[in-house]
Amino acid sequence: MCLGIPGQIIEITDEVRQMAMADISGVRREVSVAPVVDGPLDGLIGSYALIHVGFAMALIDEDEAARTLEALQGLGEAQETLDAMEDGARALEGQS
Amino acid sequence: MRYIEEFRDPKAAEGLLSAITRVVDEIGATFENPVHIMEICGGHTHAIFRYGLDRLTPPGVEFIHGPGCPVCVLPMSRVDECVELAERPEVIFTTFGDAMRVPGTRKSLMQAKAEGADIRMVYSPLDALELARRNPDREVVFFGLGFETTTPSTALSVQQAAREGLENFSVFCNHITVPPPIKALLDDPHMVLDGFVGPGHVSMVIGTTPYNFIAEQYGKPIVVAGFEPLDLLQSVLMVLTQIRDGRAEVENQYARVVPEDGNPISLAAIDDVYEKRPSFEWRGLGEIDESGLRIRAKYAPFDAEEKFGIGYGAGPRVVAEPEGCACGQVMTGRIKPTGCPQYGIGCTPEMPLGALMVSSEGACAAYWQYGGLRGLSDTTATSPMEPAE
Ligand code: SF4
Repeated sequence: MCLGIPGQIIEITDEVRQMAMADISGVRREVSVAPVVDGPLDGLIGSYALIHVGFAMALIDEDEAARTLEALQGLGEAQETLDAMEDGARALEGQS
Repeated sequence: MRYIEEFRDPKAAEGLLSAITRVVDEIGATFENPVHIMEICGGHTHAIFRYGLDRLTPPGVEFIHGPGCPVCVLPMSRVDECVELAERPEVIFTTFGDAMRVPGTRKSLMQAKAEGADIRMVYSPLDALELARRNPDREVVFFGLGFETTTPSTALSVQQAAREGLENFSVFCNHITVPPPIKALLDDPHMVLDGFVGPGHVSMVIGTTPYNFIAEQYGKPIVVAGFEPLDLLQSVLMVLTQIRDGRAEVENQYARVVPEDGNPISLAAIDDVYEKRPSFEWRGLGEIDESGLRIRAKYAPFDAEEKFGIGYGAGPRVVAEPEGCACGQVMTGRIKPTGCPQYGIGCTPEMPLGALMVSSEGACAAYWQYGGLRGLSDTTATSPMEPAE
């Protein structure tokens, strides 16, 4: 919950709500980019961010993203986060 | 060196370890008279056990595992309140999965769900917002839990709900903040702490200045650290070097992610939505002044405590911990997990009795996961506290 996970912003999905699609370890998930907005949202496409419980909390470079992901995998936390994202998707359907 | 080949850069790890050994020798620290370094963040605790850093570093370094695992410091009475909310028929109770197995007095959220309460594990408060949009005839309550890393996300969600006029969404706010418990531990005359490894991702939000009091008022070094094993080793070296040189400063090893002033947008959202509670209860540590947050009156419609009359101060607060549970002593570094009479007997990750066994960030679960019964004879910390009179 506390460690977050790196993801790449690939598309802005909702300008008003400041939402974007992120690629998180191969999984697509809509996240809020509100904490890292500093100008037009389009500028974020392609950037890497540390994502905590669905919010991009800090922009990082690609190298840092790779290192962080590796560290999270070492701790088993990357999988835990991906599982949590799946739980979240199921919760919306009322199955979890 | 069983673990060292698992490091991203084993050579760098070896270099750091020998530098650590040298500085520890220069300080004159030994197994009998070690330097006590507290890692505050549960993520760091997890990494220390995973990579065996406590065993790779010389015996003159003693890690004290701090209170930075939000699930671990969640008191039973808060879990009880969650269950009470979740059992209301109109409520969809949403929570991070981590909190599901924390024992309450009557039951955990997991048990309540098995008995029919509508409890859903979500990844993000955004999922809870979406549930509220899709279920206008139900009350969606989100269990706001965690330190400053997750606090902005619930604050931004409350702001979003207010903008949309989502009247069936509320947050049961149990957010807590990192600096006050550190102050409480430093004020405890029985604790001996020589330096701190500071949390990386919390600091990404709050910056490094909130730790100035540790250096300035208490004369202790603190180094904000990333959670890669190399980050941790380097941070430990930086703390030890300060101790050797007689310095006490706030240093930032994780500057590639942590700006000195934190994240201004997140801080503004926290400030807009939350205010400090006069005090808040921590499992194992008791009441700590100004350590918890509540939702400001202007967002009262989104405050589950206001909406349902359940919450902090509404009922009896402190509930006794289960018989034989030593979570409080482990949390303050007075004993190692293996020193708890329930460790591995009445308390395992499958059937946790205390909260430190629930999350991989808890010291007891980390001990269990990465060593099972290792060091069972090592029942007390070497000497994290002065002999009590
Ligand atoms: S073993 Fe269980 S009861 Fe004992 S301190 Fe650890 S979590 Fe608490």
